Amino acid sequence: MRDFLWLIMIILYLGLAPVLGVLASGYDRVVTARMQGRQGPPFLQPYYDIMKLFQKEAIVVNWLQTAMVVSFLMFTIFTGCLFFAGGDILLVFFAHSLAEVLLILAACSANSPYSNLGAQREYIQMMAYEPMTLLVAIGFYLVCGSFNVADIIQINMPAIIKLPGFFIGYCFILIIKFRKSPFDLSTSHHAHQEMVKGLTQDISGNVLGIMELGELYENVLLVGILALFFITREPWTWLLAAVCCSVVYFLIILIDNIFPRVKWEVMFKYTWLVTFGFAGSNFLILMMLRR
Amino acid sequence: MKLSKSPWLLHYDASSCNGCDIEVLAATTPRFDVERFGIINTGNPKHADILVITGGVNNQAKSVVKQIYSQMPEPKVVVAAGICACDGGIFKDCYNIMGGVDKVIPVDVYVPGCAVRPEALIDGVVKALAILDQKRDAMKSHAACEINYDKNSDTKEKNQA
Ligand code: SF4
Repeated sequence: MRDFLWLIMIILYLGLAPVLGVLASGYDRVVTARMQGRQGPPFLQPYYDIMKLFQKEAIVVNWLQTAMVVSFLMFTIFTGCLFFAGGDILLVFFAHSLAEVLLILAACSANSPYSNLGAQREYIQMMAYEPMTLLVAIGFYLVCGSFNVADIIQINMPAIIKLPGFFIGYCFILIIKFRKSPFDLSTSHHAHQEMVKGLTQDISGNVLGIMELGELYENVLLVGILALFFITREPWTWLLAAVCCSVVYFLIILIDNIFPRVKWEVMFKYTWLVTFGFAGSNFLILMMLRR
Repeated sequence: MKLSKSPWLLHYDASSCNGCDIEVLAATTPRFDVERFGIINTGNPKHADILVITGGVNNQAKSVVKQIYSQMPEPKVVVAAGICACDGGIFKDCYNIMGGVDKVIPVDVYVPGCAVRPEALIDGVVKALAILDQKRDAMKSHAACEINYDKNSDTKEKNQA
């Protein structure tokens, strides 16, 4: 019966993640526009964008890039399925990093200097947030005694009570992962980006559509990990998780609209400071309590 | 789904006096909120559907204009903004001016004005969207849109010679 349930979760993820991703991103764009005193695009604009990209021809700079972008989508979906099937959260993070590396390789394979610079910055961003993702996995292990998502959602009280520092650290790196300012160093959906389109510079037409689809799957996965901080064996905590995730998402949009860009050195410093300041001290306290 | 619901725009200054460029930038500011139509101002030709181009194109800009045009994936439309971009304007008889964007690449919509008004420009872009959809339908029905870059550009040189 349990296996059957996880199968349903995988199918739901495959089918609903793009829908949820599009709705979230549409909400983001409308709210952003309202914050700036504009009317903003239609709510379904991200859907129109992706459908348009799939109708356009792709200018392929080399076949390797296309292959890498397709693999990025595949690995992201694989990672998401692993997570929503209740798999090992360490493995989820590793597979996710691999997907990210494929994207960097795709950008590196092109000759455009913007693309290469975007790839370098994406690499630096990864170095900045990877320690936090590892710490999140370790934090869940300390609280639940297991790396399995299936076990983590069976705990007695929400993990955030014991892991507030980890939660703050994870929210911080979400700003990087969602490509929001001030940390939109490698690429961004906004026109204010300093490197034109950075990472996605040489990815065009339907190949860009594949990449955008991958990012939708990725965003849903990241929000899913955020929800883990709230979910317990009580069914009502799923509702709590949904509410809290929406609040965090709104705060990220707010931050995006308040702060200008930073330089990568500053990002690096702050991310590690937050990681080791909040998650690190939280970790030490947990370790002492375990004694 | 129609392509025109999500037009991404690229702006290039092909040797204009900057008057039109300021108007183009004004039209993409939050005041006019072109994102209402799903329009995004992108700096990347490979992501763009609409090329808004200003100025009468001088000799140096000619190759750049051609390259930008060729880097945009099909289907795509070109909007010539300002009278200089339409036919050379007051610079028409300069020794180094091609005399309009359509001497170099095919133009779909001409928006006159010196400088072009933001309202007129937005109107022109919205007109271009209808053409974008037509081109997409043409692509679907395998009627290949053959583009002959040099067909027009040589005439001016010949005339000058
Ligand atoms: S049309 Fe007028 S404002 Fe525009 S580029 Fe020409 S001279 Fe300048």
